[in-house]
Amino acid sequence: MRSKTLSLISLLLIAAILLAACGGAAEPTPAPAAPAEAPAAAVEPTAASEAPAASSAGGKTALGLWTHSAGNEGEMKVIQQMVDDFNAMQDQYAIKIEAFPQGSYNDSVAAASVAGSLPCIIDLDQPTVPNFAWSGYVQELPVSQELLDQLTPGAMGLYKDKVYSLGQFDVALVNYARKSVLEKHGIRIPTLDEPWTLEEFNTILQTLKDSGEFDYAIDVNAQWTGEWWSYAYSPMLQSFGGDLIDRSTYTSAEGVLNGEEALAWGEWFQSLFTEGYANPKPADDQCFLQGRCGLWYTGSWSANDVVKALGDDAIFLPAVDFGNGPKIGGASWQWGISSTCEHPDGAWQFIEHVMQPENIALMSETTGLVPTTAAAAALTESYKEGGPYRVFFEMSDRFTVLRPATPGYLRISSEFEQAGLKIRDGGNVQDALDDAVDAIDQNIQDNNGFGF
Amino acid sequence: MSTQTSTGVKVEEKPRRHKDWGSKLVQYAVNIVLVCFFAFPLVFMIMSSFKANDQIFADLRSLRAFLPVGELSLANYQAVFEKSKFFRFLGNSIFISLTTIALALVVNSMMAYALARLKWPGQRLVLAIIIATLIIPAETVIMPLLLMVSRLPSFSLAEGFKLGWLNTYQVQIIPFIVSAFSIFLFYQFFRDIPKDLDEAALVDGASRFQIYRKIIVPNSGPVFATVTILTFIGTWNAFLWPTMTVQSENLRPVMVGMQYFFQQDTEWGEVMAYATLITIPVLVLFLVFQRSFVQSIASTGIKG
Repeated sequence: MRSKTLSLISLLLIAAILLAACGGAAEPTPAPAAPAEAPAAAVEPTAASEAPAASSAGGKTALGLWTHSAGNEGEMKVIQQMVDDFNAMQDQYAIKIEAFPQGSYNDSVAAASVAGSLPCIIDLDQPTVPNFAWSGYVQELPVSQELLDQLTPGAMGLYKDKVYSLGQFDVALVNYARKSVLEKHGIRIPTLDEPWTLEEFNTILQTLKDSGEFDYAIDVNAQWTGEWWSYAYSPMLQSFGGDLIDRSTYTSAEGVLNGEEALAWGEWFQSLFTEGYANPKPADDQCFLQGRCGLWYTGSWSANDVVKALGDDAIFLPAVDFGNGPKIGGASWQWGISSTCEHPDGAWQFIEHVMQPENIALMSETTGLVPTTAAAAALTESYKEGGPYRVFFEMSDRFTVLRPATPGYLRISSEFEQAGLKIRDGGNVQDALDDAVDAIDQNIQDNNGFGF
Repeated sequence: MSTQTSTGVKVEEKPRRHKDWGSKLVQYAVNIVLVCFFAFPLVFMIMSSFKANDQIFADLRSLRAFLPVGELSLANYQAVFEKSKFFRFLGNSIFISLTTIALALVVNSMMAYALARLKWPGQRLVLAIIIATLIIPAETVIMPLLLMVSRLPSFSLAEGFKLGWLNTYQVQIIPFIVSAFSIFLFYQFFRDIPKDLDEAALVDGASRFQIYRKIIVPNSGPVFATVTILTFIGTWNAFLWPTMTVQSENLRPVMVGMQYFFQQDTEWGEVMAYATLITIPVLVLFLVFQRSFVQSIASTGIKG
């Protein structure tokens, strides 16, 4: 019996030793290098020097880089190439990539922020940048006015007019259609300079509905949840003349999200479903591709699928002008530097490197995403003048309204979604918008104005 | 038809065979409906794992979604192995699950043994506190726990001593060894084992630990099986905690790996192939322990 007891204890000890031995990081992380320069908006790290922000490796200072692109072969390939090029072109820094899957990336970054273990370079979903900046987790970028002048509006992550992140790519909102259907029903093909007006659009929806050819005149992806609602539908609100928040102060949504213009947007949006133009809860996003819907309001990311399904019959149309010009959402994933980074100069050198036109073009060519500078667009087959997707670049450059650059945006987005869902489901429009305004304003007050 | 009994009461004689058939038919019908209800999602997952995205959506509106029809291929499985470090994730999850289960069985059962079979001051209070922790949602303690593990000292062969458990195996194992629910399950089961056995063993000179090992453990197969399955499900399905605490790709478990396949244009066939592959171990484990699991649920009155 004693020998068996000893065996059991030995097994447990072995398990404990194994745990300890295997417990380290998969790859050794060398000791941290001496701090170079204080970060612009440094916060006290919660876990002193364990943050893998920078370390020395093979004579070079290693800088960690986190990206959300795990599982996305195209993006990963480009990031790897940009890192390899950067590591080869200078002797001071060596970038080390850690890739995360997109679905869980924000949680990982948020947890690492709290635990003080962010790396030097992180990519961030642009709408979250103001929150990271306000929390002190990322630092202002020393970006030149010359570079800023070259960028499309969706290439920057701002907070209080300071730049905290830069992005290589963007996406655009677009109305997909079949050219043959438009011609058959005598529907004018809109241009960037002469987009459809509200009245024209309503007539088109009625025409497509009356044709009896489609289950629905348009698919607006109203079944999608989360940030899609503010990304996709708040530009419509802005084109009506409303907005998610008063951008002159960023301290209240009163009057802009529940004013006359917003009410007009809400009633029109509700009519999409009550009039039977759009399915409020589609089971999938295949309605247009399978010929059951006449139009499809979604992002440029679906362009390849549309072209694959429709060939030359596919046509990309600009957003509708609801009264204040066509508007689309903008900005995607961008590069930033953590506040705990001990070598922000090296991290900035890398970001400058990735923002070179050749690298932006490389990302665009590989992933199909919209480049964020005209110089880069000119280097691509799809987005150069006359290219098949040039219209997306033009729309990004001309029609983009950035999501409000406030740390409160995440709550604004959530409340706007709730209001939108109530409106979609036949609720009182004014009440839904008033409720959203109350919740947004309360959240701003609770957080002392988010620094504004 | 009717017959007269010995007491003179007339009893209507029913066609027994027909009644049996009738009730059996109803029983089978109900069972078939239940089987469909529970099996269809699994069947859909497996069938879709062999189909391309277009076909999955085309079949979605008919029974074809549950049938191996159309163009079937192993392309989705190939993509799973190409796009993610599947075997690494699988190995990590197996290691994490097995280690957690092994330690959880020992620690929780010994704790429950002390609560159920020994006499010591404060015993009832400790039991009450343990049971009280059952009502605390994990989400409420996850941030304090994160901060705590990020400050704990650790040792590894690669790095020696360092501060912080983040990005390690132990951070995925140790916080989940002790479980109030498992202790409660063990406690309930141990309490019903006759104490005469302990007393007889004590008379024969057995120590408390020997009683635990030689009498309690061998007589508690079902509850050990139940805790094994419940712990396995918990660790196998872990997502939020490893997302927050593990940054290295080489240490990720299977559930985090699933996220590799949710991109802007999600290939649902690949998601289904990945889901099929990671469901198989759970099904195998359940089938192995099924009898004990059901027996334990029946005896403890716990519903999973």
